[in-house]
Amino acid sequence: MFKIVKKQVLNPQVVLMSIDAPLIAKKAEPGQFIIFRIAEGGERIPLTIADYDREVGTVTIIYQIVGKTTRELSEMNEGDSLLDFVGPLGVASHLDGYKKVAVIGGGLGSAIAYPQAKKLHSLGAEVHAITGFRNKDLIILEEEMEKVSNKLIVATDDGSNGNKGFVTNVLKQLIDEGNKYDLVIAIGPLVMMKAVSNLTREYGIKTLVSMNPVMIDGTGMCGGCRLTVGGKTKFACVDGPDFDGHEVDFDEAMRRQNMYKKQEKESTDIHVCRLGGAKNA
Amino acid sequence: MPNMSLTKVKMPEQEPDIRNKNFKEVALGYDEKMAIEEAQRCLNCKHKPCVSGCPVNVKIPEFIQLVAEGKFEEAYNKIRETNSLPAVCGRVCPQESQCEMVCVRTNKGESVGIGRLERFVADWYMQNVKSSVNKPESNGVKVAVVGSGPAGLTCAGDLAKMGYQVTIFEAFHVPGGVLMYGIPEFRLPKALVQQEIQTVKDLGVDIQTNMVIGRVLSVEDLKEQGYKAVFIGSGAGLPSFMGIPGENYNGVYSANEFLTRINLMGAYKFPSTDTPVFVGKNVAVVGGGNVAMDAARSAKRLGAENVYIIYRRSEAEMPARLEEVHHAKEEGIIFKVLTNPKQILGTEDGWVKGMECVEMELGEPDKSGRRRPVEKKGSEHVVDLETVIIAIGQSPNPLISSTTPGLDIQSWGGIIVEEETGATSKSGVYAGGDAVTGAATVILAMGAGKKAAEAIDKYIRQNQ
Repeated sequence: MFKIVKKQVLNPQVVLMSIDAPLIAKKAEPGQFIIFRIAEGGERIPLTIADYDREVGTVTIIYQIVGKTTRELSEMNEGDSLLDFVGPLGVASHLDGYKKVAVIGGGLGSAIAYPQAKKLHSLGAEVHAITGFRNKDLIILEEEMEKVSNKLIVATDDGSNGNKGFVTNVLKQLIDEGNKYDLVIAIGPLVMMKAVSNLTREYGIKTLVSMNPVMIDGTGMCGGCRLTVGGKTKFACVDGPDFDGHEVDFDEAMRRQNMYKKQEKESTDIHVCRLGGAKNA
Repeated sequence: MPNMSLTKVKMPEQEPDIRNKNFKEVALGYDEKMAIEEAQRCLNCKHKPCVSGCPVNVKIPEFIQLVAEGKFEEAYNKIRETNSLPAVCGRVCPQESQCEMVCVRTNKGESVGIGRLERFVADWYMQNVKSSVNKPESNGVKVAVVGSGPAGLTCAGDLAKMGYQVTIFEAFHVPGGVLMYGIPEFRLPKALVQQEIQTVKDLGVDIQTNMVIGRVLSVEDLKEQGYKAVFIGSGAGLPSFMGIPGENYNGVYSANEFLTRINLMGAYKFPSTDTPVFVGKNVAVVGGGNVAMDAARSAKRLGAENVYIIYRRSEAEMPARLEEVHHAKEEGIIFKVLTNPKQILGTEDGWVKGMECVEMELGEPDKSGRRRPVEKKGSEHVVDLETVIIAIGQSPNPLISSTTPGLDIQSWGGIIVEEETGATSKSGVYAGGDAVTGAATVILAMGAGKKAAEAIDKYIRQNQ
C-alpha cells in the first residue's frame, strides 16, 4: 500500500499528491513516470513524475480530473493509500549538455515540464519557460516554474491574465527576437506538441516531446502504447515517453487516443451516477 | 485387475454453445469415482517412460497407484515432492507431447489421463485439506528471484524447501506471470492460481509485487543488498508485430495486450471493473499457437459473431495444444489456414475495417523441417473485420538484459545460459524459462526453475 502524504488542489481540475514510495523516489529522474491502481477492480493509469524527494522518500504526481479513475483519486485524502504504485518507468530525459533551452508546458503539461526545467536549470542551462492555459483560473506551478527558469512567460488563450496567446506564438516571438535555443521541450496536449514541432522544424531546432498514449503494464509487454516515430513502431513506455517531435506521427497518436472514448464515458457516467445516489441517500 | 478400457474416462465439460458465452472453466474435472476408475488404467510398468517424459519428473505411477487406492492426500504429497504447481500443470501442460505421449497404453488405445489425474488430486486437496505445508527451517541465506511466473515460482519453492530465504520480485500487481495475465479463466481459473501460489508462500517465500527489476532495482542492487544468488525468470513478454501496413489502426491488439486486459484486469466484467476492451462483430486472430486460441476464444466470449484464426501454414503444423484447437472449433471459431495477412485496412478516422490476405500453399521443407508456405498468385482477398489480434509470438523483454552489465544474450534477446544449470555469463546469476528459450510451455519453464534451484544451492555451498 502506498500512502498519500500530501494533497493540494492546484485548480478545480488539477490535483497534486505526494505519495510515500521511497524506492521509487530514490531512482526517479525527470521524464520518467509511474503507474498506479487505486483498488481491486481498478485500472492501471500512468502519470508522469512531477517531483521527488529522495530523502523523505516521496514521489509527487499532478493530474487532471478527466474520467472515473482520476476522479476517484481526487476524492482520496491525505492518509489514504493507493493499492499499487509502480515505477520509475520509461527512459529518463537526456538533458545534459544544453546551453539554452525553451521548456514549454501546455495546461497539465506544465506539471511534467516542471521537473525537466528544474533539472536543466540545475545543470546550468539558460531556461526559458513558456506555459499556456485556457484562462487565468487554470494556471498552475507559476511560482515553482519561476524559480527554475531565467525567464517565464505564462500565456492564456483568453488573455485573462493579461497575456493573451498560444504557447507557439510566444515561442515564435522569442525565436524571432534572436534567442538561439539548442533544444525545445514541449509537453502538453497532442495538438499543442504537434504545433510546436511544426514550428521548430522550420527553424531546425531540436525538439523533444513527451508522449502520453494509452498504457496498461508500462513495462513493454503489450504494445498498447505504440507510436510511429521516424517511420518505426516504438513503445512509449520503454522507448520513451520522450521522442523527437519532428519524427512523431501525431495524427496517428491522436486517433489512437480515441480508442476507448465510448467506454471511458460509460465508466465515468456510472461513477458519477453512483456518487449522485450516495448524496441522495 | 487393471482397467483395460482403450479410452480415457471421459471428463465432463460445459456445452460448447453455453461456454462460449461465459468465462467459467470449460473442463469440469473428474469426481472421485472417475479418478479411481481412470487411475486403474495405469499398468504401473517397471520402466516408467512417463516420468522421463515429464520435465519436472513427477513420480507418476506412484501417485496414480495412490489415487487408485483412494489415498488422495498421499497422492498429492507424492506429486508435490517434485511439482510446486500441480493444479496448473494438470490443466495447461501439453501432455500429448510429454508424459502421455510415452505412456505404454498408447501402444494400443489412449494413454492414461495423467494430466487429468494430477489436476483431480490437486483440486481435491485444495477442497478437502486445510492444513498448510510445513515451513522449512531457514538457513538465513538470501536468494532473489525475478519474476513470479512458473519458472520463478518453481525455483523459489525448491530453494525454500532447501532452507533458503527467498524473495520474489514481480513487476505486476499480482504474482503468477502468464498464469494470471495470459492463460484465460476458462482454461485456468485465477482464484485457483492464487491458491496454488499460496502454497509456495507457505514455504516461506516472500513475494514483492510492483517491483520492476531493471528500473526500481537492478540485478546489481540485489546482489549489493545481500542476495547471494539471483534467478531471472522474467519470461518472454515482448510481443512481435507483423510489420505490415495498418498495424497501428484502432482495433489492432497484440495478443498480450488483449489477454492482459481480459485476464489480469478483468475487462470482461467492464464496467464493474475499470479496464475497457474492444471487440467488433468480426475478429481475426493471426497465429496458430495456444495464445492465438486463447485470444480467439476470449473474443467469442466477449460477443464477437465471427472469429477467425488466420494461420499461414496448415492445421497439422499448428503449435497449439490439440485439445484447445478442438475446443476452439466446438465453440465456433472459424479456421482460415494457409492464409497470410498482407495489410490491415482502415477507415478514414483510423479504425480497422478489414484485412487483405493471400492464400498459401506448402512448398519445400525449411531448416526447421516444416514445409515452407508460399504465396498462391492471384489469391488476394479481403476479410471484413473490426478487430485484429496479433498472436505470432513473443520474445524476452530487454528491460533486465539491457540494465545488467555483463549478462550475455542471444541476438533475439534470450539470455544465454549453460543448459544443465541455468548459469548465465554473470557469476551467481541464473536464468530459466521463456527468458532463456523464448515463448515455450509452463512445464518447461518449471523444469528450468527446478534445475536452476539445484545449481544455485551448489553454487552457494561452494562459495560460502
